[in-house]
Amino acid sequence: MIQLPEDRRPTLTPQLALRVAVLGSFALAMFAIIFFRLWFLQVLSGDKYLAQARVNRLRDIAVPAPRGDIVDRSGALLVDSKQAIAVQISPPDLPRTIAGKRHLYARLAKILQISTRPGRCVVEGVGVRRLAQIPCLVAQQLAKVPYQDVTIKTDVPSDVLYYLSENQSRFPGVQVQQVWLRRYPLHDLAAQLFGTVGPITPQEVKDPKYRGVSQQAIVGQSGLEWYYDRYLRGEDGVDRVQVNALGKFTGYLSESQPIRGHTLKLSVDLGLQKAGQQALAQAIQSNPPAPAGAFVAMNPTDGEVYAMGSYPTFDPNIFTKPVPESVYQRLNNASSGYPLFNRAIQSAYPTGSTFKGITSTAALQSGVWSLGDTYDDTGVYSNGPGDVRHNAGHASYGVLNIVNAIQVSSDDFFYNLGRLMNNASPKGGALQQWARAFGIGRKSGIDLGGENAGILPSPLWRTGRDKIEANCERKHHVKPAQLFTGIYSCGIADGRPWSVGDNENLAVGQGDLEATPLQLGVAYSALENGGTVIRPHVGLEVDAPDGTLLQKIDPPPARHIHINPTYLDAIRTGLHLAASTPTGTSGDVFAGWNQARYPVYGKTGTAQHLNQADQSWYVCFVPDPVRPILVVVTVEQGGFGAQAAAPAAREILSQWFMGKRGQFIAGASKTL
Amino acid sequence: MSVTPIQAPEEVATPRARVLTVFDPLLMLAAFGLVACSLVTLKGATRNVMHGQPLYYVERQAVYAAIGLFIALVLMRVDYSRLREYKFAMYGLIIALNIVVFGAPAVRGSHRWIPLPFFQVQSSEFGKALLIASLAAFAVDRARRLHERRTTARIMLLALIPAMIVIPQPDLGTGLVYVAIAFTMLVFAGTSWKQLTALAALFVIAVTLVLAVAPALGVHVLKPYQVQRLTGFLNPSHDPRNQTYNITQSLIAIGSGGKTGRGVAHATQTTLHFLPENQTDFIFAVVGETYGFVGAAIVLSLYALLIWRALRILTMAKNLYGTLIAGGILAMIMFQVFVNVGMTIGIMPITGVPLPLMSYGGSSVLVTFIALGLLQSIHVQARVSSAGKGRALIS
Repeated sequence: MIQLPEDRRPTLTPQLALRVAVLGSFALAMFAIIFFRLWFLQVLSGDKYLAQARVNRLRDIAVPAPRGDIVDRSGALLVDSKQAIAVQISPPDLPRTIAGKRHLYARLAKILQISTRPGRCVVEGVGVRRLAQIPCLVAQQLAKVPYQDVTIKTDVPSDVLYYLSENQSRFPGVQVQQVWLRRYPLHDLAAQLFGTVGPITPQEVKDPKYRGVSQQAIVGQSGLEWYYDRYLRGEDGVDRVQVNALGKFTGYLSESQPIRGHTLKLSVDLGLQKAGQQALAQAIQSNPPAPAGAFVAMNPTDGEVYAMGSYPTFDPNIFTKPVPESVYQRLNNASSGYPLFNRAIQSAYPTGSTFKGITSTAALQSGVWSLGDTYDDTGVYSNGPGDVRHNAGHASYGVLNIVNAIQVSSDDFFYNLGRLMNNASPKGGALQQWARAFGIGRKSGIDLGGENAGILPSPLWRTGRDKIEANCERKHHVKPAQLFTGIYSCGIADGRPWSVGDNENLAVGQGDLEATPLQLGVAYSALENGGTVIRPHVGLEVDAPDGTLLQKIDPPPARHIHINPTYLDAIRTGLHLAASTPTGTSGDVFAGWNQARYPVYGKTGTAQHLNQADQSWYVCFVPDPVRPILVVVTVEQGGFGAQAAAPAAREILSQWFMGKRGQFIAGASKTL
Repeated sequence: MSVTPIQAPEEVATPRARVLTVFDPLLMLAAFGLVACSLVTLKGATRNVMHGQPLYYVERQAVYAAIGLFIALVLMRVDYSRLREYKFAMYGLIIALNIVVFGAPAVRGSHRWIPLPFFQVQSSEFGKALLIASLAAFAVDRARRLHERRTTARIMLLALIPAMIVIPQPDLGTGLVYVAIAFTMLVFAGTSWKQLTALAALFVIAVTLVLAVAPALGVHVLKPYQVQRLTGFLNPSHDPRNQTYNITQSLIAIGSGGKTGRGVAHATQTTLHFLPENQTDFIFAVVGETYGFVGAAIVLSLYALLIWRALRILTMAKNLYGTLIAGGILAMIMFQVFVNVGMTIGIMPITGVPLPLMSYGGSSVLVTFIALGLLQSIHVQARVSSAGKGRALIS
């Protein structure tokens, strides 16, 4: 081997040099070809390709996913989804001229059988205009979210679909879309629980809760559909297609399949729900002029809601199509009794004597009363000359201990407890403290949304109301000296300071107290289970569409309150005597009931309202070791507790334990 | 070219101190330039892919490149000749990795990745580096019988076995890289022109069989989409809904770039995802659309620089093992560059081959840096070996 002094590398053999040269030439040739090709593509034909790139357009077609089903605790179907065809308008593709649009709307209205008569049309941010139905829908959508497709009609028959597809050129900007509609095969059953679904709102689009949800998506807007939307909504698919400058389809780019939403299993028992709604309707119909009512049946130990109903009710199937304004108005006014309202959680009322269970606990726990103390109920209770009170029907019950007082529901006895616990400090005394611990005046946290917290009256609350009244009157130029004199009243408060009478009213569930049926149920659950304030829930499980369990819904209790077991025993005894003895307030309602097997602990209530018939209340529980249940029923203007609410509660218990509703047995007790 | 002073034998034994002065700076420059081009291109192309993380791909690619550089620096200081001893282990590893990958969960229908906690290993990529080092060793073992037909057959067979395992993953492109590596090694090992021509003829016959004859007889060696992709480039405007659609979109992207490109904001082919796989296989089309002929020319020049330096290092190697390793690496890089770029400009079939250092992907970047580290090692070893030692000659 020869070494050259200036280069210490070994020399190449001629053979290797040749082969390196061949490979090098090959590389050079390849680079030359690539460069020529690039020159040809980019420099010589650049304009041609640039023009092609400019007409390359994309369109994403959302393929909506079916929402998950909602089933009862045994898996029976309550809500599912059905496929339907929706006719939509894509505003940017509409004819440009006003005349062109008008002709299109007229043609479309004719085949969809929509009225073309101009009517009142409220457009957000614009005001009221007179427009026919189709242009009204377009205008409303444009005002909300521009450039989003407007659904004109859902669930159109297939011959309309074929006609539109065949005559596409005559309907520029009109498209048909596969959609999923909610279906409620059981119609008004548990209607108020499910809530509604609707197009995602602009606010929701920005909410991180809805990240990854398309702008066209249908999401839950209220009730369970809203609370469990995350699980129910599934995942929309997208077909991304390429279209040319004329909007004509030229190729698929990608597609993703829609994913069906999960199934929501409720703790609701279909049979009990049916029975409850029938019992409530019967209680209302047999006690005119009662217009409305509500009931809750739940497990007092873990908060599973077995049934919940509100009367009057409605058929949620109407909301699966765009709802005409007139129908919506009809569902939202006093003459129809606000059927959309879930009175079990959204209406708060004075609870009448059912509140006495809470008053008893507060009195015993705070030490103002002991189990041995007695009170002589003479039938007259006086706070002084201006405020003399009587039991209902001027009854006098004689010497009572707390157990008997609960049994016969003596108002005088509990007025006395209210007086003893009265405290003018802002938050009130033991009664307020215990009522609050039991959950009165605060939301129970049920998984339905829209819950009413109600009102727990206290000195602080009353001064707050007075302040609001004073401000309101001042706005109407009432002089400070004349505030609360009735020269101009806003009707909020009368300026009266907190008095012992307020606390006496609260002690018997009257006055300014407002509580929902569910809140009362939560409070009595604590009496049943020994002090656990449960968090009621309607959702039980999130399941895969095939039924396998994905997640158990078991919210922890809100809190525990310590109640002396001896006191609990006494209160429960009073409640049991009330429901099982002839002298008890609901004893006759439970005539013939197997008290040994299913002991009932119940309290009637009759709440008085100004210028209205009394409201009937009943709360009861059966601490069955296997199937414990608690039932609350209220009937607005239904009369005494034993007359309307208690018989309905008995029917619910009968369905739960015996599998049949049995008779409606109205009680005769006329206690408040 | 710098001239290294004559070194005393004892200095030769400890070359580490001088490594930094005797590596090939131009090779490194080409690599850095390509990594920089890759990061700039990825930044524009992927800024809207990960919601809220516009630099997701750029950051990851930069980390892969940094790790790759570190590995290359380590390899540079090691004498590649020592790898010869591990030829069986390395070859076994290729086979093992590429079989294990079939047990891993499929990603979009492909078994190409072995999931590790922080990284997904693309086994076929690492197979390239392992195959180069082991195949060269097997060839050197038969250095005195390189003319024999049996040697040629054995080397080709050793490459075909892993290729046949890789192709059904499916990764046809990498399988072809393995074959190209073996063929190029034979070229530099001194196999006769006659045998090389015969091999090329065999290859043509095999391709004809697979693409035309076998399907006619009802035997499908390749999946239908693979056949369509391989033949589609011959007539790209035929059916835009199918695989050749990719070529059409790639041509529109590159063509619309013109002389100086449309800029990141106006590169609609890229940002609207008309271009498929625009951060991996079609990244050259992104360069073409965004930065035009000028950008494409810069990238190609950097590859030309890389290939020139690799060829030069091949000629310098102190022994046959180094020459063959350099030949294998050269084959790997050239094949990938020409096939990938050729695919995007419509003169080559679509095979999923990444563009070295440009395409996004950890395995590809790491393997390319391993290859560059080996090239540097060959360079360093050539420089530090003293005048008298020379390299093993091809007899």
